[in-house]
Amino acid sequence: MDLLRFTTAGSVDDGKSTLIGRLLYDSKSIFEDRLEAIERTSKASGETEVNLALLTDGLRAEREQKITIDVAYHYFATPQRKFIIADTPGHTQYTRNMVTGASTADLAIVLIDAQKGVLVQSRRHAFIASLLQIPHLVVAINKMDSVDYDEKVFDQIREEFTQFSAKLDMPDIVFIPISALKGDNIVQRSTHMPWYDGPTLLYLLEHVHVEPYKNLIDFRFPVQYVVRPHQQFRGFAGRVSSGAIRVGEPVKVLPSGKHSAVKAIVTYDGELEEARAGDSVVLTLEDEIDISRGDMLVRVHNTPVIGRQVDAYLCWMDETPMEPGRLYELWQTSHTGRASIGEVRYKMDMETMHRLPSGSLQLNDIALVSLQTTMPFFWDTYRQNQHTGSFILIDPDTHNTVAAGMVRQVNKESIADLPQAPAGKKSADVVWEGWNINRAQRESRNGHQAAVLWFTGLSGSGKSTIGRLLEQQLFDRGIQTMLLDGDHLRHGLCNDLGFSEADRSENIRRAAEVARLFYEQGNIVICTFISPFAKDRQQVRALIPEGRFLEVWANCDLDTAIARDPKGLYARALRGEIAHFTGINSPYEPPENPEITLHTATEDSEAAARRIIEKLTALGII
Amino acid sequence: MSANNDYLTFLENEAIYVFREVAAQFARPVILFSGGKDSIVLVHLAKKAFYPARIPFPLLHIDTGHNFPEILDFRDELAREAGVELLVGSVQEAIDKGRVKEETGPYASRNTLQIVTLLDALKTYQVDAAIGGGRRDEEKARAKERFFSHRDAFGQWDPKNQRPELWNLFNGKKHPGEHFRVFPLSNWTELDVWTYIAREKIQLPPLYFSHSRQVFWRDKVLYGDTPFMVHLPGEEIFEAQVRFRTIGDATCTGAIFSEATTIQDVIEEVIAFRTTERGTRGDDKRSESAMEDRKRVGYF
Repeated sequence: MDLLRFTTAGSVDDGKSTLIGRLLYDSKSIFEDRLEAIERTSKASGETEVNLALLTDGLRAEREQKITIDVAYHYFATPQRKFIIADTPGHTQYTRNMVTGASTADLAIVLIDAQKGVLVQSRRHAFIASLLQIPHLVVAINKMDSVDYDEKVFDQIREEFTQFSAKLDMPDIVFIPISALKGDNIVQRSTHMPWYDGPTLLYLLEHVHVEPYKNLIDFRFPVQYVVRPHQQFRGFAGRVSSGAIRVGEPVKVLPSGKHSAVKAIVTYDGELEEARAGDSVVLTLEDEIDISRGDMLVRVHNTPVIGRQVDAYLCWMDETPMEPGRLYELWQTSHTGRASIGEVRYKMDMETMHRLPSGSLQLNDIALVSLQTTMPFFWDTYRQNQHTGSFILIDPDTHNTVAAGMVRQVNKESIADLPQAPAGKKSADVVWEGWNINRAQRESRNGHQAAVLWFTGLSGSGKSTIGRLLEQQLFDRGIQTMLLDGDHLRHGLCNDLGFSEADRSENIRRAAEVARLFYEQGNIVICTFISPFAKDRQQVRALIPEGRFLEVWANCDLDTAIARDPKGLYARALRGEIAHFTGINSPYEPPENPEITLHTATEDSEAAARRIIEKLTALGII
Repeated sequence: MSANNDYLTFLENEAIYVFREVAAQFARPVILFSGGKDSIVLVHLAKKAFYPARIPFPLLHIDTGHNFPEILDFRDELAREAGVELLVGSVQEAIDKGRVKEETGPYASRNTLQIVTLLDALKTYQVDAAIGGGRRDEEKARAKERFFSHRDAFGQWDPKNQRPELWNLFNGKKHPGEHFRVFPLSNWTELDVWTYIAREKIQLPPLYFSHSRQVFWRDKVLYGDTPFMVHLPGEEIFEAQVRFRTIGDATCTGAIFSEATTIQDVIEEVIAFRTTERGTRGDDKRSESAMEDRKRVGYF
């Protein structure tokens, strides 16, 4: 391709504008009148040298405040190539701008000031480049003139960056020592750095191999528009997202699943034998099939995954934070629908690249989330296919584009996020219909998320006491709650069960199903059951989505529990009057990785309840 | 196609994609037609986007009343040939109705008056997407334009609060009364437009090629002498071989000395140019932010 789209990011002082100015200037892409205009402006604002940054700052507010506000696109050409620069400012909305610029780039330039070394922003930009799967990364170590063109400085920065980038998914990284101000290694090879034997920046930009439409294998044709000039012609207009198709080859239509074959590939300039990734064409089919915008033509044996549930990296781009459970519009290719964010699995801390737990997303946040759509979409992962693996979310009220998403994993068509009841026990006649009003809607009305807090521990360990206190405090905050206690259930729903191991397991299974119903109703469900067996608790955990199930271990030594003995049960068990009593003549298997551990022998109930509320807040549940 | 211009095919595919998005997302789009080369290229691309059907929306010309007559003939013929409806918003009519007040004096131009006529026309025809030939390389405020550029109910552009535009997902959602300006040529440069015109053998009005004309100098801009121009003392009118790099209202479009009679000549000239195209436009010279200020209130 003789077109290279690349992105540069940086803040005011790292020399980004100077670099762009240098590329435009040395490739003779700055016109005289524009140069005259910036000379006039530089003089007027009292600067001694011509400020090349003025070339790139387009808006009045930007010139006045000497900052860059929005992504700007610059164009230059050399005899080898045409270049489009997406110049993304690092000022505010940095992630939003970087992601926007990176979404159409084939190469990213990360600028590092040789005096300052690798900064947070350099790491952030490299991370975004890897997240958006930009195939080439150039680390331009700038201002080499200010460190006496010292090879050691260059090596040190390269070493530091390489250590960091090992964590990223970045196939091609090139380091170039430059001085944008003096022009070293930009267009002309520097005479100050004989130790560097790599390419100049422009040489690299001119010769790096790029392919804007990278996936040439998997044929995907999202129908954009139906062309119907008269009754005899019905053509499907669109741009091939990936792969290729030839006249006569069989195709399948999604979502209908109907089969046909390509009759013709129509363009204004005549019919084609083949349409390839990136081509805007009109396809006609051998059969009369009802197809409209949002449908997709694919090969019969190479289809995307059809599903309503994806895990995706999401970049939040709006001033208004993400609202868990709210329905946003989701646009992917020409297909639009609605989606809600079920769960934020983790948020990236861009300073440390650590994964942080989080419940909500703010402007500039990047997180891995689970997402549910109200209708099936046709997905590929972003890694496989940039076009069918990317999407945007739109706020249904403001119509703003609030997030950009990249699909990491697609779950095949499944019902909501509810696992099916265990096979074998299910009646064949029972058909799962899905909830009438879904949890997301209830959560949206309640103003908090639903969750299940599962207290486990010995009898007398304080589960019920703390559970009741906790419920009262949540209730006082206006939160929808439900308390399920072992004794409650055994008086009604489970009054047919004894205390054998099998009956205890069944008791827990029923308790878990009830908890799930209350959970789906949007409650914070507090369950206090001894639940001594790890496998039973594991089953409960499997019923509730990850992140919404919190195991709370009321950890208390047996002696303290026996000393408390609030119901006199230990005394009876010790006298041999109760069989299968946990801790006495039946085992208790402590949780291995509980979300919360309470030390109930020493910690008072108030403190324990407070810790749980803090945890719920930190997770964004309340 | 030759190997050294396959990026033109990329740009063409991109523009066709944008046109189809407009047709799919909007109810009443128009192509803003100025008679200039960019809008002629737009019409050519629109034909390609919907072939074998006709372009599914009309052309809208904002007529300042100060046109080069050749342009009106060319416009009518182009609309007839493409089989599309031609809508005209008349600045003269707006003046007659008292909607706007004509500027007076030698610097009088109807350029700014067009804004009212344009917004009126968009309202009259209930236009929800106005497709223009604007390019990001033209001017620094335009470098920040989106493909789909949102306008509020008063036609205003808020450059500091634009929607991010990712991959090729163009969000055209709007509230009643708002509209979009759409720029399929966003990623094209002046040279790309000319190279494409040559590749596609697109017909242009003769004004773009060298011809003999009565001209005069004012503020470093070479203006064609037309009946609409009021002369200042000392302005000397002379005959010269000139051509126009852009074509708009005759009172604010400057010519350049040129011997270029074919597209190839023009391309060679463009490659050699050391001033931007809009340097020949008197309307941009009014202030440093002349373009941004006009765009904010609804200009093309």
